[in-house]
Amino acid sequence: MEVISLKNINKFYGETQILFDINLTFNKGSFNSIIGQSGSGKSTLLNLIGTLDKQSGGEILINNKNISKMNKNSLSKLRNEEIGFIFQFHYLLPEFTALENVLMPYKIKNKKVSKEALMRANELLELVGLEKVKNNLATKLSGGQMQRVAIARSLMNNPSIILADEPTGNLDSDSTEKIYELLREINYKFNTTFIIITHDKKVAEKADRIIEILDGKINLDITK
Amino acid sequence: MKVAFSLASRFLNSNKTQTIFIMLGIGVGVSVQIFIGSLIGGLQNGLIEKTIGNTSQITIKSKETTFTNYEEIIKNIKNKEIADILPVYENSTLLTIDNNSTSLIVKGFDIGLGDHIYNITNSMVEGKVPFKDNEIIIGTDLKKEYNLILNQEITVVDKNRNSITFKIVGFYDLGVSSVNKMFGFTTLLTSQNLFGTGQVSSIEMQVNNSSIFKTDVISEEIKKNLTDNYVVSNWKDANASLLSGLQGQSISSLMIQIFVMISVVLGISSVLAITVMQKSKQIGILKAMGLKNSTSLVVFIFEGLILGIGGALIGVMLGYLLSLSFTTFALNPDGTPVIDLYINYSFIILSFIIAVISCVVASIIPAKQSAKLNVVDIIRNN
Repeated sequence: MEVISLKNINKFYGETQILFDINLTFNKGSFNSIIGQSGSGKSTLLNLIGTLDKQSGGEILINNKNISKMNKNSLSKLRNEEIGFIFQFHYLLPEFTALENVLMPYKIKNKKVSKEALMRANELLELVGLEKVKNNLATKLSGGQMQRVAIARSLMNNPSIILADEPTGNLDSDSTEKIYELLREINYKFNTTFIIITHDKKVAEKADRIIEILDGKINLDITK
Repeated sequence: MKVAFSLASRFLNSNKTQTIFIMLGIGVGVSVQIFIGSLIGGLQNGLIEKTIGNTSQITIKSKETTFTNYEEIIKNIKNKEIADILPVYENSTLLTIDNNSTSLIVKGFDIGLGDHIYNITNSMVEGKVPFKDNEIIIGTDLKKEYNLILNQEITVVDKNRNSITFKIVGFYDLGVSSVNKMFGFTTLLTSQNLFGTGQVSSIEMQVNNSSIFKTDVISEEIKKNLTDNYVVSNWKDANASLLSGLQGQSISSLMIQIFVMISVVLGISSVLAITVMQKSKQIGILKAMGLKNSTSLVVFIFEGLILGIGGALIGVMLGYLLSLSFTTFALNPDGTPVIDLYINYSFIILSFIIAVISCVVASIIPAKQSAKLNVVDIIRNN
């Protein structure tokens, strides 16, 4: 079943064309990696899929909804409920604890935190192995811990898609391995679709599918 | 809303020093506003009290010298802004003591009723207020000039050459030398019995403190119910220079307060604009997580509100303390305050509300700035 579908996607920044007629589909529960050199357009592609940016041409369908026809508030709702983001630099809210950070997508959606939500947040923190530091402020966590909190947070609203932009780019090889295993575990456990941008060949090779972007075009698309 | 408030309070809490400094900035502005307002208010009240506090503020006179239907006129005055109404019989006489003559205005009114206007009882320095027929009280300046003593009998002659004898039962000091020298107060009945039975020369009135500047409007209303035979005057007609002085004070006080508030608003607006930049990373990730632009806007409106409430509370306390210390330490040689501050609680509450609203208004531009922040730009810049 297709979760994401990109049809003839073009993206310009001013006069410069970043993406050229991209056509891609992603199936539910698939674990995909996108590789490519810096400036090839992979982050732009991920931002378009994540509805953070608007394509200059073409159509993007997420869970069969055409996002080009949605207003800003509907896009916010879609991001909140169906997409989870993991960025390279963690992007936790430093003013909040690990647990509060994990709960944030839920708070944006539901305003009041229910007992079940609190339980889920605790379970997710347990899943990423951070139950002991859940009440620490985000600033008191190590790089690896922050990234794991970011992963737990991306899962809070049980999204169907997780978009990760170099999630292990800032971490040592041990942590990278652990994070990757964790993402895989989540993929199997929740049948969540993953699209991961990575420079790390080892990570890319462990994905079900590798897409290489070169100068804004799909250069390689291998499914194992 | 809840998430916006939680974000706003947490953002402010995460940088306590900055938050305290902003609140102090607002507080100082509000305290200056309250202090200046109280100071000018006190100054005005003192001036009004000294100049028109113990006089008639609205006076009805007949075009003929005296009139008799005063009770009917008083009955018809139903304006709620009138605090006191006093029928008065006033007559100019000539007082002769030891071959020296001076003019004495004999003013007769119900002393109990007139106390509200003339504050006679508290102004007595010797003796008692007139109660019986032919009793009179004289001012301290006249007493000094003619060496008058208690229970002395004095004889005055009115314009009809009637000679009347009064017994001095007390001496007053109303604080104004010309009054102390020229006026003798007696009962209305005495005055009427001596000069004209059942008549009065004027009806004097004072209004509530809050209506002091509306006496012209009130006197117009009173005039409407009277025939052309009567003239209604008010203190504003007679004290144009005082009035313009008071208005000048009010305007300058208002201008100071407005400029203080403008500087507070500009200060908050610029500090909040910097805060938006400081928190752009957080706003970016929150928007990526689905925070709506409108909610992101509300976050900074809440920041303005919290800062406004905190700052205004500090300002009210500082302003109150400043006013209190001014009345405690800025004293005349006799120990009385240089200026009696007028602590008007409704003015303080109004200043508080204005400060809070100003802070919310000041936060609108930075809030809009936060709503416009683009997630992709933030991610790229980081």
